[in-house]
Amino acid sequence: MQSVFTGPAYVVRDNIDTDQIIPAQFLTLVPTIPAEYEKLGSYALWGLPEADYPVRYVREGQLDSEYPILVAGRNFGCGSSREHAPIALGSAGCRIVLAESFARIFFRNCIATGELYPCELTSRLCDRVKTGDVLTVDLDASTVRLHATGEVVPLKPLGEVRPVIDAGGIFNYARQTGMMPARG
Amino acid sequence: MTLTEKILARAAGRARVEAGENLWVNADILMTHDVCGPGTIGVFKREFGPRARVWDPRKIVIIPDHYIFTADSNSNRNVNLLREFVREQGIEYFYDVIDDPAGTWQFDPARGDLARQYGSRYAGVCHSALPQKGHTRPGEVLFGTDSHTCTAGAFNEFATGIGNTDAGFVMGTGKLLIKVPETMHFRLEGALPPGVMAKDLILHIIGEIGFDGATYRAMQFDGPGVATLTMDDRMTIANMAIEAGGKNGIFPFDARTAEYVEARTRLNGTKREYEPVEPDRDQKFVYELVIELDKLEPLVACHPDPAQRRKARELESVKLDRAYIGSCTGGKTSDFIEFARVVRGRRVKIDTFGVPATPEIVHDLQSTRWGEKTIWQILLEAGVRLTENAGCAACLGGPVDTFGRINQPGLKCISATNRNFPGRMGHKESQVFLASPATVAASALTGHITDPREFLPA
Ligand code: SF4
Repeated sequence: MQSVFTGPAYVVRDNIDTDQIIPAQFLTLVPTIPAEYEKLGSYALWGLPEADYPVRYVREGQLDSEYPILVAGRNFGCGSSREHAPIALGSAGCRIVLAESFARIFFRNCIATGELYPCELTSRLCDRVKTGDVLTVDLDASTVRLHATGEVVPLKPLGEVRPVIDAGGIFNYARQTGMMPARG
Repeated sequence: MTLTEKILARAAGRARVEAGENLWVNADILMTHDVCGPGTIGVFKREFGPRARVWDPRKIVIIPDHYIFTADSNSNRNVNLLREFVREQGIEYFYDVIDDPAGTWQFDPARGDLARQYGSRYAGVCHSALPQKGHTRPGEVLFGTDSHTCTAGAFNEFATGIGNTDAGFVMGTGKLLIKVPETMHFRLEGALPPGVMAKDLILHIIGEIGFDGATYRAMQFDGPGVATLTMDDRMTIANMAIEAGGKNGIFPFDARTAEYVEARTRLNGTKREYEPVEPDRDQKFVYELVIELDKLEPLVACHPDPAQRRKARELESVKLDRAYIGSCTGGKTSDFIEFARVVRGRRVKIDTFGVPATPEIVHDLQSTRWGEKTIWQILLEAGVRLTENAGCAACLGGPVDTFGRINQPGLKCISATNRNFPGRMGHKESQVFLASPATVAASALTGHITDPREFLPA
């Protein structure tokens, strides 16, 4: 499985709730309908106030983001249980969220859907990097490298969560490991 | 074991469990609604096959409530998708917006926002509808595709919010793998003084522990103060466990729980047997807080998160543009009565919206008299814009034509709801202040944040 991800990061701060990740007016889109899944991606992080976040995560008129890595502060993904949140990020091309801490349901939904890797940092990164900075995340080594300075910071290992996301979510994992019969 | 551990042990068929263990637990009820139901059904069909049957058509409860009274075509379609699935699977408890099982739902904006547009089965906001319709029982496990599913912890059950993929799994198997949370202990003593409501108590707790203070944890509320709290009060408190990141909130079982649950299951013909859990002697808590209810004051959680707790009386300089009473936290009959107590015989100064959580609450307000007038009339005469279209409405913003939604930047709204992250009630540059229905009422009268005790007889 892919372990190393390199790309520009998009940086947000504490308490980014699911309304900011995917605002409620877009929840009329049903993620299991393919065209609506794509559309959800175009609205990822649409709810961030523009005053604080002048650069958009997904550019106007685009379906995908230029930032495969998201850096956040504490309590990322708090608020509602909407699975549309990790799905919107995943659909926009986000592969990894590096946060100081995650809200419980968001974390679980990342694993269940296999949309992206929610990695916990051991220190606060969102104050030290800015949107556009290039990072390399190595999941096997549990590290993040900041290209600008060469600095390497540790991540908490994903542990038993990793193979589930590698498989593409709980259903695929359950099939691969024989917990559920393979598709007929 | 704590209350949460005891329920999970029972649901996993184990004698004992410990915090941190991962267990397969059996669900008693799976609840979903119009926003997450279609996606959950999509996951279920994708994973179990187009002809798969749900694990138990009597244990799935489907409650459209979020985006109902809107002309948004996807929203109307989503209610219709639920109806098709219910018909195909023979699901018994579907609280449809319309009465005709073969019909299609379409909101008619020409009839306006205020007059009811639903049929006789419609039940309103899921977390208020579940208990009213007899689906909450002590000792059970309830999963719902909504973060405020924790509300049902008021009834001494384990209730928690899950995503569509997990819900699709439960739909097919009746089981879910979950981690036993550590329990935080909140011991309540005394009784709430006049003008102070259950909402103030939970805002106090969230202010104490922080917006992520209960992440991955259970919040157990017990102690002698619980006996003074009504079931509505307990629902308000358990509802907001998630605003501190909690996995669930839970109350002990007592005579009030029994009375409510027995009346409701009888009335609706739902399952009547239940087995509450009692607290053990040896309970392990990761945190303890004693709360003297008599000492609490009216509080407000300021923009932009539910832990920004301040005393209402210290915020008199905050000018407001609108007020809102409604939701699963603050839209119950008792909430409107406390609101009416403050506004009775007075007029609101700012735009004030009222959305009862359920049709039954609409009925209560239209039939409960206070002297000559019903509660409904008292609110209308005070200038409140009240709708009969019970539901989530502007609590979470919703489509732009949603009743009460904040559609302009810069507006400040005081609200009896439960969440105030940026953009929650509509425009992302608006601000929401969370408070009790009494504080919302007093602030609506003055146009700035106001301690409701100013309007109550001493
Ligand atoms: S009333 Fe508000 S908090 Fe309650 S279920 Fe509806 S949207 Fe969620």
